[in-house]
Amino acid sequence: MAGRDPLPATRRRRGIGWPVRLELVILIAPALIVFLAFVIFPVAMAAYYGFFSWSGYGAATDFVGLRNYVTIFTDPAFHDALWHNAVIAVLSLAIQGPVALGLALLLGRKMRGQSLIRVLIFVPYVIAEVVVGIGWSLMLQSDGAVNGLLERIGLGALATDWLANPSVAIWSLMAILTWKYVGFAVILFLAGLQGIPEELSEAAAIDGASFWQIQRHIVFPLLGPTIRIWGFLSIIGSLQLFDLVYIIWGQYVASTAGTSTMATYMVVSGRNAGSYGYGNAVAVVIFVISLVVALLYQRFVLRRDTEGALTGGKRR
Amino acid sequence: MTTLAAQLRPDGTGRAPGRPRRRIRWSTPIVAFIALLLVGVMLAPVAYIIIGGFRTNSEITQDPSGLPRVWQFSNYLEVLASDVFWREVGNSVIAAVATTVLVVVLGLMASFGLSRYRFRGRGAIYTLFTAGLMFPITVAITPLYILVRSLGLMNSLAGVIIPQVAFALPMTIVILVPFLQAIPAELQEAAEIDGCGRLGFFWRMVLPLSKPGVITVGILAFIASWNSYMLPLFILNDDASFTLPLGVQAFSSQYSVDTAKVLAFVSLSMLPALIFFSIFERRIVGGLTGAVKG
Repeated sequence: MAGRDPLPATRRRRGIGWPVRLELVILIAPALIVFLAFVIFPVAMAAYYGFFSWSGYGAATDFVGLRNYVTIFTDPAFHDALWHNAVIAVLSLAIQGPVALGLALLLGRKMRGQSLIRVLIFVPYVIAEVVVGIGWSLMLQSDGAVNGLLERIGLGALATDWLANPSVAIWSLMAILTWKYVGFAVILFLAGLQGIPEELSEAAAIDGASFWQIQRHIVFPLLGPTIRIWGFLSIIGSLQLFDLVYIIWGQYVASTAGTSTMATYMVVSGRNAGSYGYGNAVAVVIFVISLVVALLYQRFVLRRDTEGALTGGKRR
Repeated sequence: MTTLAAQLRPDGTGRAPGRPRRRIRWSTPIVAFIALLLVGVMLAPVAYIIIGGFRTNSEITQDPSGLPRVWQFSNYLEVLASDVFWREVGNSVIAAVATTVLVVVLGLMASFGLSRYRFRGRGAIYTLFTAGLMFPITVAITPLYILVRSLGLMNSLAGVIIPQVAFALPMTIVILVPFLQAIPAELQEAAEIDGCGRLGFFWRMVLPLSKPGVITVGILAFIASWNSYMLPLFILNDDASFTLPLGVQAFSSQYSVDTAKVLAFVSLSMLPALIFFSIFERRIVGGLTGAVKG
């Protein structure tokens, strides 16, 4: 969008007068004030409170320097949570990416009921995390519908406690995440596919390229920017994951089931334990990790696609 | 976001006009089968929740994956007759509508200022808003809670609405600015020649022309608010102020032995979002190709 300037050319030469400035203030100030007060200010406060041992009431006076951060990085529970976040991020890319790509190629074709299917695969994305969490935890508990179904089709031996068994729980979580978010990836990819000119595939087909050759050499490369943007969103979402884990595994069992995330760790050891200073320090750590990952991703993966729009780097 | 914004077409559907679709020959049955399987997998959990609400608890215990022998309406009727459910629906509606209206109004005003005026600091302000995309509510939740508490807004819907608006603004502005920039300068010049000031131009031209973008951001804000869990979890501790997600969770732990009733409650709580979604499906799907929540 940097390209053309939609303003009348005469605007530029004139300086702006007071009436126009007033207009600008009226237009922009409300949004800016709300944004600064409730987004930027709290994030800044997190950085400040992170240096205190503070129960959340009265002024924070017990300055502890970097002790909160030392505790975070030496706490095995945080190591576990960080590891789980990393596993979730990688598996989300590895599972949802190919599945969504395949589905998008499939649904990009003309067939009856296509628009209905597009709507239906998007339904899980619209349903609240709480609903998803409660529904799935009822289905996955040891006397739930999934085990019942397995017994019915003669696979009763596979039945297990999908949520409490530590070697299975993370895969249950991945299944739920895939179910909930794959539709979103499919929709993104479908939109990307529509941006690819039909003529390219047609020309390749006339030159004798097979279906897979066309996908491999024309469609996938041209879909690259969409896939990379999706990857970015998926990774950031994985690093911030909270709702589903907290709802399904609650405050306590997430760590024993092997599904705790940095965000659930933050809430459990911060707010729920009454250690607000510590919780803020964890928030800062999550933010810094997300930011570093985002910048690295942008530097090495998104470089070709955006002009630093997501972090605002080179925009202007 | 440049790429994404480019994919969001001004008609808000994200679809290229009149593009011919690929024909399909040999693989139709396989494609149809996979598509059906997919739909089955996607809908089975939803169907389980809705159908489960029509069963009895003993049925669910004996055969968790079966169909109701007799369709029971009592679970649904009991939920529909309860004050708690309707109070939570009311709270959710108030929060979602207020969030949506405020996001659209504030976002549209700011986007208009950022896209149709030229002034020093414009780029910086725009960058600041786009940087907001990097601040998910997860990171700010603890200090946000303290801020809301010190403003005396605990247990009030305003304490949820205002932060939700603030966190929705970056995405709103990122979607709307390209929309408003795409309005040709000639229109504005013509309007000025006809004696229409800049604010008149805003009311008469910009508002109607940006309607698709406005609808998209409005729907995104509404659904995000309707489903929002973490912020209400921190801010709303009093039952009377609960929104539906909190209510659903409270209900499911309170009646954990009454699975059928929990399922009825859960399916009634997702109904509004599903109806809303099916009405505006094209807009949402189109809007999400341009704008995104991870």
